[in-house]
Amino acid sequence: MTLNTFIDLVYLLAAIGFILALKGLSSPKHARNGNLLGAAAAAVAVGFTFAYPSVRAHTLNLVLTLAAMVIGAAIAVPAARKVKMTAMPQMVAIFNGVGGGAAALISVVVFLIDAPGKPAVYRIAEVLFGVLVGCVSFSGSAIAFAKLQELMTGRPVTYPAQQVINAVVGVAIVSLAIGTLVTGSVPLLVATALLSLVLGVIFVLPIGGADVPVLISLLNSFTGLAVAASGFTLNNNLLIIAGTLVGASGILLTRMMSKAMGRSLANVLFSAFGSVVTATGGADGSGETRTVKTGTPEDIGVLLAYARKVVIIPGYGLAVAQAQHTARELADLLMERGVEVFYAIHPVAGRMPGHMNVLLAEANVPYDELKEMDEANPEMATADVALVVGANDTVNPAAKNTPGSPIYGMPIINADEAENIVFLKRSMRPGFAGIDNDLLFDDKTTLLFGDAKDTLAKLVAAVKDA
Amino acid sequence: MSTGILEFLTVFILAGFVGIEVINAVPSILHTPLMSGSNAIHGIVLVGTILIMGDAHGAVQITLCFLAVLLATLNIVGGFVVTDRMLEMFKPKPAERPAKASDTPNDDAAGGAK
Repeated sequence: MTLNTFIDLVYLLAAIGFILALKGLSSPKHARNGNLLGAAAAAVAVGFTFAYPSVRAHTLNLVLTLAAMVIGAAIAVPAARKVKMTAMPQMVAIFNGVGGGAAALISVVVFLIDAPGKPAVYRIAEVLFGVLVGCVSFSGSAIAFAKLQELMTGRPVTYPAQQVINAVVGVAIVSLAIGTLVTGSVPLLVATALLSLVLGVIFVLPIGGADVPVLISLLNSFTGLAVAASGFTLNNNLLIIAGTLVGASGILLTRMMSKAMGRSLANVLFSAFGSVVTATGGADGSGETRTVKTGTPEDIGVLLAYARKVVIIPGYGLAVAQAQHTARELADLLMERGVEVFYAIHPVAGRMPGHMNVLLAEANVPYDELKEMDEANPEMATADVALVVGANDTVNPAAKNTPGSPIYGMPIINADEAENIVFLKRSMRPGFAGIDNDLLFDDKTTLLFGDAKDTLAKLVAAVKDA
Repeated sequence: MSTGILEFLTVFILAGFVGIEVINAVPSILHTPLMSGSNAIHGIVLVGTILIMGDAHGAVQITLCFLAVLLATLNIVGGFVVTDRMLEMFKPKPAERPAKASDTPNDDAAGGAK
């Protein structure tokens, strides 16, 4: 067996490892082992890559490769370890973006090496695909990061003639790509790359913060395809398999996520969702003239302590306040008093589907106390108190009864059916989707303003005294 | 070469079907870890960056390759570590609950050391 055949065999094993890893990641029981298997497969594949004589042919190149890997690991490990669970979505965005950038760079360098020899058209097409998709993923992920990190507004960014500008950029990229195909010219490829970066930015700008997670999943899929394209240019099966696996599963995952939000993918990507501030029918001012009922922690503490059934509905507000531990403390305290307590988890609570489950798992909330929306909704009518902690859009009845609302049709947790509703909120500011919530003005609703962690701690004290 | 491209296309198409099939029934609680985990898997682009660095000549190509290796390493290492941290929290162990409530940092350290 030649060395090349042997390395190919190792790559084949790594590819199987990735398939099993992905399989494992889709069931809670095997998820962690699946991920570790994937990491092991990756480590082995990377290790054996150094067995290629060409990789070790030039000392300078080899040293630089190792240096870049050491620097990369030195940055990535602490960043990945220290990131707060709430900031996870933007972390994934960054790691995804750099992968897309790497794939685009591979394609560019392959082209630089090949260009003098007038490469075949299909070779140039492979390069172009990798450059285009990789660049869109890179700059798109950067903007997604900025939106989630609140370095820029989370609202959809719209400007006059947006569609026209997008179309012009699109046509320009297609023309440049065709030009590159025909001439094999390096400057044209570089121009295509730069314009693709622009395309990534203007593609992501009009997408609202609440939809960014779906977008990250889509960009993840893009990076997968860009990596597959690099695999084609390098004649490397492992990159083709791994990239395509991620590309295909990512697109399916993206569709599942938008389905969980009750919307189509096209609607998520192109509707500038959430740019309409008021959709409940009233003018902007009408919300402010209506009155809300605020309560003291003591009132609410008593209400909770003497309830039979309390449903906690957590949202992103709980996450940013790092209040998951305090929420668990309150729940445990109520359960000790004989109150039936469970958490109702909306599929898109937090900022990514499944995000809230991760956060509550971090606070060691047992599985059986978490109920998915479909399981929780039939029980809402018999609940004495729906305690909404830092959530808004996911309980907004406008999704059920206001056909004009941008969130109309999104499945929600039916907090409105509970006997009493308590909102723990920072302010009257609307949720991430940027629309008013009529439930706040309901007679059954009591509000307690403040940071979720503080207000929950006050409720814990109040329940102890009750 | 033209038979080569056909072989790669075959692999590409089949891998696409496997990708769709393999996550067909993922529960929504795992959407986030799955996204993060598949993100780590495409970090294998690192292999490609290492290979192309071997063929690079001249300052421009070598600089671009250096950047590519750096970015790919961030992707693969960061991706797997973040995913592991996420999944570490999914282990259901009710028996350990009271003892573990206050020592999350230790947990993290143990998980990172894997």
